[in-house]
Amino acid sequence: MPLRTIIRPILHTSFELRWHGRGGQGAVTAAIIVAEAAIFDEKYAQAFPEFGAERRGAPVKAYTRVSEQQILTRSPIIAPDMVVVLDTSIDEKIYLDGLKVGGTILINSSKGKSELKEKIEREDVMIAKVDATHIAMDELGAAIVNTAMVGALIKVTPLAKLDSVSEAIRENFKPKIAEANVKAAGRAYNEVEVLN
Amino acid sequence: METIAKSIWKRLPLSSNYAVAYAARDSDVDEIAAYPITPQTTVVEKLSEFIANGELLAEMVHVESEHSAMSASIGASAAGARAFTATSSQGLELMHELLHIASGMRLPIVMSVAARALSAPLSIWGDYSDVMNTRDTSWITIIASSAQEVYDSIVQAYRIAESVMLPVMVAYDGFMMSHTYEPVFVSEKAGLFRDYIPRKGRVVLDTKKPVTMGAVANPDWYYETKYQQVKAMSDAYGLSVEADQTFSKLYGRGYGLVEEYNVDNSELVILTYGGIFGTVKQAVDEMREQGIPVGAARVRLFRPFPLNELRSLLLKSKAVAVLDRSFSNGLPVSGPLAVELKSMMNSYNINVPVYSYIVGLGQRTVTEADISKIASQALSSKVSNESIYWGVRE
Repeated sequence: MPLRTIIRPILHTSFELRWHGRGGQGAVTAAIIVAEAAIFDEKYAQAFPEFGAERRGAPVKAYTRVSEQQILTRSPIIAPDMVVVLDTSIDEKIYLDGLKVGGTILINSSKGKSELKEKIEREDVMIAKVDATHIAMDELGAAIVNTAMVGALIKVTPLAKLDSVSEAIRENFKPKIAEANVKAAGRAYNEVEVLN
Repeated sequence: METIAKSIWKRLPLSSNYAVAYAARDSDVDEIAAYPITPQTTVVEKLSEFIANGELLAEMVHVESEHSAMSASIGASAAGARAFTATSSQGLELMHELLHIASGMRLPIVMSVAARALSAPLSIWGDYSDVMNTRDTSWITIIASSAQEVYDSIVQAYRIAESVMLPVMVAYDGFMMSHTYEPVFVSEKAGLFRDYIPRKGRVVLDTKKPVTMGAVANPDWYYETKYQQVKAMSDAYGLSVEADQTFSKLYGRGYGLVEEYNVDNSELVILTYGGIFGTVKQAVDEMREQGIPVGAARVRLFRPFPLNELRSLLLKSKAVAVLDRSFSNGLPVSGPLAVELKSMMNSYNINVPVYSYIVGLGQRTVTEADISKIASQALSSKVSNESIYWGVRE
């Protein structure tokens, strides 16, 4: 099935993303990489973590705003256009909270369409999925899925160019692991599926 | 202009902490004293990187507390170094007595502060309680509202400090700015600010030409020495205007001392400081679209207090709602900016209703919806004479 790209045009207002992961999966870094890549593309962007004590394994939220215009607000994102779920063990009530009508979910999952649709139970949202854990295990040898999820994200919603994402990855990681992460992002970019 | 801009600036995604570090690098600081453990921020991490990479030739002095960080800054500055330090929250509190010594010895130290709440109860989140506690320390105080402004203000701070011989603090929201990445133009050209902040000769500690600094002043001289600080702070006003205007002329970015937003034809002006101003501007845009006549302004220079700019703002304002992210307990109107605005209005015989709101303490969320509700309450004029603790659960 061919992928539907440019599913959501970037409007004049900010496109607002919320990231859900667990401590250690790199949700905060993913939020920053997308903002950095968008900034490299001459856009405006903001990325910030959910502020709090950091603990490995604890549910973590992070936020990204991307806009063609200067972003004024500094309020937290309460009604995101899209949520990106790095860890499927997070309760769906948490990641569906406030998601806009007609919004998008990008989820790291190996499950099929019917199973995911049953779990998410929102007819209005578009679901995209990628098996980022599998990609990360292949490319990095560890289940650190953030860069793969970034690759999948920019295919579903073109907030930044893949080249810019690669540049941002190289800025954030040591050379030794940067290239494997660039590869993971590229693979996820090609492998992400839109389910409806 | 565009082509010049492109050749000297590089547009980078930076948090305000990193913007501080880039600005200290581009101000060519000589010495950085820091207690490297919490509540220290990533400012000094980035500066250590610059030193290790050879991008900045400076001495990083790791000390055992913020009290020592300011002591080391005082020593370095007295010996002639361009000194820089960074702190936050309890760290700024621990420095407190040294803040008076730095300003009393007239040392041009520049410090960045990621403004955060104070313990107890323990909070690692943002507000302006730490910064507002330093109002009486004779430090020039700039409060920025974007990472770009943080970068530009640090550079401006050295020009002001080294002209008037008073230390300068550049504050910005802890977390909401210190940890938020956004685009910042930083210098791509080494020495871009060399003429803007030239190395000036001044009296320094030198074994070949000994001087005494920080001597005892008996009752016959203490008062006069302190009065010189009053004069210096008064001079800092004009120098702050000059530093910003010259920066704007040379580099294309200026902020003024008070920034106004849609103040004309407004029935209410929302006055605040720091990063929350962005959210306020967004709320003003939304209210204006609905035909609600609201404007906004923010105080960028808190010390010295920008009397002329605020006076001109007040003369255009029909009512003012002041949003403070700190409070001085025991006063009916407890917001620091509200208190100072009212005192100033009294001196100048300006009579405009001022409503004081306490918001965002310990980083309690403030959204555009909060700002709109505050505005509609203030527009109804049914507002208490005392500070309103917005959204608190009693």
